[in-house]
Amino acid sequence: MDLSVNFTNIKFKNPIVTASGTFGFGREYAEYYDISKLGGICVKGLTAAPRLGNKPPRVAETPMGMLNSVGLQNPGVDAFIRDELPYLRKYDTVLIANISGNTIEEYAEMTQKLSDAGIDIIEVNVSCPNVKAGGMAFGTSPDSVAAVTGAVKQVAAVPIMIKLSPNVTDIAQIAKAAENAGADAISLINTLLGMKIDITTRKPVLNNNVGGLSGPAIFPVAVRMVWQAAAAVKIPVLAMGGVTTGNDAAEMMLAGADLIGVGTACFDDPYAPVKIIEQLAQYMRQNKIERACDITGKVEIN
Amino acid sequence: MANVYKCEITENTQLTGEVYSLVFSCEEIAASSYAGQFVHIKCGKERLLRRPISICSVFADCVRVVYEVKGEGTKWLSEQAAGQKLDILGPLGNGFSLPEGKIIIVGGGIGTPPMLYAAKTAHGSVTAILGFRDKSKIILQEEFEKTCDEVIITTDDGSAGIHGFVTQPLEDLLSKGGDNAVLSCGPQIMQDGIIKLCKKYNVPVQVSLEERMACGVGACLVCACEAFDMKRVCVDGPVFEVEMKLP
Repeated sequence: MDLSVNFTNIKFKNPIVTASGTFGFGREYAEYYDISKLGGICVKGLTAAPRLGNKPPRVAETPMGMLNSVGLQNPGVDAFIRDELPYLRKYDTVLIANISGNTIEEYAEMTQKLSDAGIDIIEVNVSCPNVKAGGMAFGTSPDSVAAVTGAVKQVAAVPIMIKLSPNVTDIAQIAKAAENAGADAISLINTLLGMKIDITTRKPVLNNNVGGLSGPAIFPVAVRMVWQAAAAVKIPVLAMGGVTTGNDAAEMMLAGADLIGVGTACFDDPYAPVKIIEQLAQYMRQNKIERACDITGKVEIN
Repeated sequence: MANVYKCEITENTQLTGEVYSLVFSCEEIAASSYAGQFVHIKCGKERLLRRPISICSVFADCVRVVYEVKGEGTKWLSEQAAGQKLDILGPLGNGFSLPEGKIIIVGGGIGTPPMLYAAKTAHGSVTAILGFRDKSKIILQEEFEKTCDEVIITTDDGSAGIHGFVTQPLEDLLSKGGDNAVLSCGPQIMQDGIIKLCKKYNVPVQVSLEERMACGVGACLVCACEAFDMKRVCVDGPVFEVEMKLP
């Protein structure tokens, strides 16, 4: 049985990757298990300059999910390259940097720096719902997705993956725009824009009023969008959105995923990603699947 | 070390209206925790996020937490009986550093329980100032009296102890001098007042903060606090030391 996946000509030992923003820079969970067991690690979203993020409260629990409005708090791309990347490099796993820009120029500048620093893949976040400039503003029209993709591809020395927003009418059209502009892969879904109101105080629970919904609540939406996007493009797909078990991972792969991102599940159980790897292997054994990649896109549509 | 443990409840009893005392057995957490740390408790399969609750005390292989029922998660917790098992991640967080010599411990309302752990593990003499809204809300008074050299109770309405806020007796003590540190946990407005007084008398102060959390281990950044440069309450805190000017 072979769990490994070839994704943009990079070998992942298994299809499980931690989702950006849920795994810090790896240090926290490395205290619980060997993070080399992971197929890949996608680090906390980076910006050109350090950011303190939004005011608290930044989290609200919802039925089988949660809203967050962190707003890309991070030390900036330079501090990441200096202070975090050497630490992460000690682990035998694929490293993905997630970047968000206020402008197209910032996306290109960060891509250049991270390419030079030797990151394996760059995930271009055009889908953060929690920032005013950039973020989701770039990800909701095919033209601006193409513009960002084209600009980063010009300077990139490593594969470029565009992280798509689910807050769009036609995900297939956006996925195609990224592919046509030269993207090497796409990832989806980022969080769904949501809101929770305290009926006693009549105030939104999040200081930012709205935030990104994640967790099992969004899983069926993610499966549908992965299926639609994967069917529209030839480039590989990293799928995330509420994956909590190995069966969820298998379902995502059937929908068209090459790799699976695990995020919010870590908050409930720090061991979630490694458990999901084991459960996926068990599913493969039980169903006599030789290679993990054999089930990608193999949903039998009615 | 911090890890996920399946812990059997040995006791879960009501102290006052909405406040419960929960004891669970967990050798590892009991052995490795210290005052000011918390445990992250899963409150039923249908709720995604764990609930962070400060450790009140440890004894033998057991850990005690005292919590207030504030929402559905803590309501679920209050309904669990002895013998049932809880899924607990911990011990987590940066707790109190207990200095040598005389210290003052201040607790306000549901911020009082972690201060008992601090009082029990303190090295020198301890004066505790505990503030509550009214007499019916007083918790853990006897335990503090067994542990501390002096216990001062205040109530907002004067129904027990000193009529007023904890800051009044605190200023009386600080003005006499000789205290090496103030340690506190309670509502933000109370802690703001304590920090102001400690700055006035130049006494080091450590405050334990509360913030909504998700991961509890420092990865997700939802619990960042404005008072301390958006540091993470779960790992950089919950206890933060307030910088004082050098004497």
